[in-house]
Amino acid sequence: MSNAECRKTTVNHLTDEDLVLYRYGEAKTPAAIEAHLGACDTCRGRCQALERVLAAVDRFPVPERGETYERDVWARLRPQLATRPRFSVSDWAAFFRPGRLALAGGIAVLVVAAFLAGRLWPRPPQPIPQQAGTRQQVRERVLLVAVGDHLERSQMAILELMNAEPGQTVDISEEQRRARDLVSANRLYRQTAARAGEAAVASLLDDLERVLVEIENSPSMLSASDFDTIRRRIESQGIIFKVRVASSRVRERGQQTRARPPAPTSGL
Amino acid sequence: MDGSDQAAVARVRAGDEDAFRVLVERHTRRLFRLAYRMTGNEQDAEDVVQETFLRAYRQVGRFEARSSIGTWLYRIAANCAIDLMRQRPHRDVAPPAAQDDGEDDPPVSAAPDPERLAASAVLRHRVASALDRLSAMERTAFVLRHFEGQSIEEIGRALGARTSATKHTIFRAVQKMRRALEPLVQS
Repeated sequence: MSNAECRKTTVNHLTDEDLVLYRYGEAKTPAAIEAHLGACDTCRGRCQALERVLAAVDRFPVPERGETYERDVWARLRPQLATRPRFSVSDWAAFFRPGRLALAGGIAVLVVAAFLAGRLWPRPPQPIPQQAGTRQQVRERVLLVAVGDHLERSQMAILELMNAEPGQTVDISEEQRRARDLVSANRLYRQTAARAGEAAVASLLDDLERVLVEIENSPSMLSASDFDTIRRRIESQGIIFKVRVASSRVRERGQQTRARPPAPTSGL
Repeated sequence: MDGSDQAAVARVRAGDEDAFRVLVERHTRRLFRLAYRMTGNEQDAEDVVQETFLRAYRQVGRFEARSSIGTWLYRIAANCAIDLMRQRPHRDVAPPAAQDDGEDDPPVSAAPDPERLAASAVLRHRVASALDRLSAMERTAFVLRHFEGQSIEEIGRALGARTSATKHTIFRAVQKMRRALEPLVQS
């Protein structure tokens, strides 16, 4: 009997979703499903067919790694850890504190503008004199790390809010603190991108800033329904996906920059 | 969180780079298995493992012990793999029927049940093709549920998706796997 024929009878047979959830131990009423499977040949046959398919999937082989695999991974990783320093949110928040921005604001904006103009998204490479090119590579790498870090931290902050445990009330003060730190940096990048004519980047950062500002300006203690409303709104904008894609592109640019001949490290 | 993982994280946060090695050695193989099942490609899986640890190192200061470090690394790896799968061009996979030409079957030898050996090879190839046909999200959700035993809720958290959406993603993936494999396994 096919599934379609099965459902035309007066017996309430199990849906495909019931069978999948049951198979993965996530059915809401496993005892009821088990009882039905015991009594219904049709559904038991469908369950067995599903089981055969998933058993076949289990045979998907994974290539073995050698005995020294862990050591090899560490050997490749270690040099990169030295060139990818750990930044905490507070480090970057301190860097972008308003007082500091006012002091070095003009220079920072020019450097970021030069970076964003044709650097963030693929553009034809420009010929650069050797020494100026070396300093420019260093600046570019630093800024790619900064923008990439910002996008990743923003993504993590939003994901942490989305994944917060729901309850009668939800305390988002920690998420708000992070959002506050990120808004300042985001504003700088957004304004500079707009001035540099990078409309796509500015638009993404604008969308991101709306979400961060919404988080920042919400009450710290949210009711369950308010929390749900915020989550739905964030979801509907698709911001996590957009930021993830942008972050990947920045990382790609960073890797391309790293692939060029190394710049002198003195003075950094 | 495992005591030694906890101690390693504390030392990394204090600036001990070598302490990160403890985490790398403990979790590398598991991450490779996840990354391979998600990407279907050894080189891509290696890249995902590297990138996962690099991101984890950068973000270890923000890790809060709400979950284990293994779960945290898993989430990072899943996201790295999704990013990579979305970036690479869609691989054209010939329809299963066209692949049943025996070229990928292991050479028949004097070993017992050569027909079964050949059938196993065909089945493995069909499974790989079916997984390749899933979208990045479907494959991620399916791999995390089926191979790694993560709950639908945990998978949703890792992907930044609601539980209901994750459930439907997994159903779609299972349906696609069934359509591709049922004719073969029934025979």
